Amino acid sequence: MFTQLKPEIDQMKQMVRNYVEREVEPYAQQIEEEDKIPQHLIEQAKELGLFGISIPEEYGGIGLNAVGKAVILEQLGRTHNGFVSLISAHTGIGSTGLVKLASPYLKDKYLPGMAAGEKIAAFALSEPAAGSDATNLETRAVKRGDKWIVNGTKHFITNAPVADVFTVFALTDKEKGAKGGITAFLIEKDFPGFTIGKIDKKMGLRGSYTAQLIFEDCEVPDVNVIGEVGMGYLSALKILGEGRVGLAARAVGSCDKLIELSASYAKERKQFGKPIADNQAIQWMLADMATETEAARMLTLKAAHMIDDGKKVIKEASMAKLFASDVFNRVADKAVQIHGGMGYVADYPIERFYRDARITKIYEGTNEIQRLIIARKVLEG
Amino acid sequence: MNIVVLLKRTFDTEEKISIANGQVQEEGAEFIINPYDEYGVEEAIRLRDNHGGEVTVVSVGGEEAEKQLRTALAMGADKAVLINTEDDLDEGDQFTTAKILTSYLTDKNADIILAGNVAIDGGSGQVGPRVAEGLGIPYVTTITQIEVNGKAVSITRDVEGDSESIQTSLPVLVTCQQGLNEPRYPSLPGIMKAKKKPLEEIELDDLDLDEEDVRAKIKTLDIYLPPQKAAGRLLEGDISAQVDELVGLLRNEAKVI
Repeated sequence: MFTQLKPEIDQMKQMVRNYVEREVEPYAQQIEEEDKIPQHLIEQAKELGLFGISIPEEYGGIGLNAVGKAVILEQLGRTHNGFVSLISAHTGIGSTGLVKLASPYLKDKYLPGMAAGEKIAAFALSEPAAGSDATNLETRAVKRGDKWIVNGTKHFITNAPVADVFTVFALTDKEKGAKGGITAFLIEKDFPGFTIGKIDKKMGLRGSYTAQLIFEDCEVPDVNVIGEVGMGYLSALKILGEGRVGLAARAVGSCDKLIELSASYAKERKQFGKPIADNQAIQWMLADMATETEAARMLTLKAAHMIDDGKKVIKEASMAKLFASDVFNRVADKAVQIHGGMGYVADYPIERFYRDARITKIYEGTNEIQRLIIARKVLEG
Repeated sequence: MNIVVLLKRTFDTEEKISIANGQVQEEGAEFIINPYDEYGVEEAIRLRDNHGGEVTVVSVGGEEAEKQLRTALAMGADKAVLINTEDDLDEGDQFTTAKILTSYLTDKNADIILAGNVAIDGGSGQVGPRVAEGLGIPYVTTITQIEVNGKAVSITRDVEGDSESIQTSLPVLVTCQQGLNEPRYPSLPGIMKAKKKPLEEIELDDLDLDEEDVRAKIKTLDIYLPPQKAAGRLLEGDISAQVDELVGLLRNEAKVI
């Protein structure tokens, strides 16, 4: 079940692997230094259809199933995580709400541009006072005629400075709160009353930007409600649930890359007259890295298969995200150790992966929240 | 314009290749479109986009070659033909492949046939020219540029690092050299579309050929890896001493001067 890919998915995997290795990887260092993804790489990614992997074929995308997406994201994870973040925030949490829950009108209006990468998408739930506790939203939307008036601030929103369309969550009924009082809206960057705040300076994921969103009496047409009014919290959980599998897949791809780099360095680096790969201490690290990565891959593919089989994956998606991100951090730590000083200097990609790994334990639901979700499911029996 | 590309599935020489019992081991090897044939696919697509017509990619080989044909379709070729020799032939050589392709192409009225300069596995560079001879049409090898204007064809070809300009006319067979173009990646939508494009599979019977007609004329005795290179020698001391030593080594040891 896990090894046999459909021929076309296998072909896509090979193409993305070649593309990443030959076209993106040579710019990884530059992206890191300039905190900017070269425009030609973005254009190339558009031409290759990478922005449309989650969008159905009738809207110009290729409508990959969850396994297909996981396979592609795993390959993308092999290169600069900032570059991957731009694409995966768009194809993952940025697109899912529209694809799964929006009206035909919204789909017709936005999905073709998003599939082509002409309109970049972002997902806006987090607020200064509402991170893991998404029920504590302060952003409000009040209906006035055929419009909604949105006020509030979102923060740490991936893609915000470059995005054109935002899936934004706001409180529409304070009494009901999370139970029927939160609504999802599709907000365009040019809607009056909407501005982008300052760009965050981050530990890693350079080239991918996060920023604040500020809504001051922002006017949103009623037709731009995604799904049903009041059902936004459930929508957010559904969108995040599927996004977690993609995040896990990316982490696995990064682990693969780190293992390859570490193995080849260990064979080249000589100390005391022999390659350090001859030392059992190094071999054990490589063995653990490889075993844990393989386990993370299996967990990720299992969750993806379950999505494709129409099963509920709340627990499995959380497990995949939790485990793959923890493994990514352990693998990156060992990769630094194997590389020694070379793992600590910025001339070499290891320290970049080490910094980029850290956020995967935090975003799209902290690992503490993942454990909470898993435990709840286990206790339910 | 009726454009045909001859395409071979080969192992990827950028990946690790292992040999056992005089055979390249398929297990663990990666397989690709022969890179010189990939230039042919790219050029064929460009010619079709500029002049109209249809691109057909043809491969002689086994079932596995379907993957490489699908990749060519995903890049933009219109249809593919697999001449499956798996059940009929144990071994073949350039004569075998050329004979089969010639039989297939005889009644196809191709305007341009593009082949690779060489395949990166066998490296003989024979199949293209042999097919042209078989069909009785002109051929130009190692091309780095081609322009078609009506029936007239202007070609630049690579001759050992220099270039040569040639005028010829359709129909023609060309073999593609590095520098002709930069092959595109098959896009994700292209890969989805390729699933629905026609891929015809035929066998020797369909070409009225039997095993005897195409029996290989070459027998491969052994395949082995080149010997490992000895480590280089580092000369030391000041420059003039190093030059003297180098000249001495070239004369007395390498015996090249």
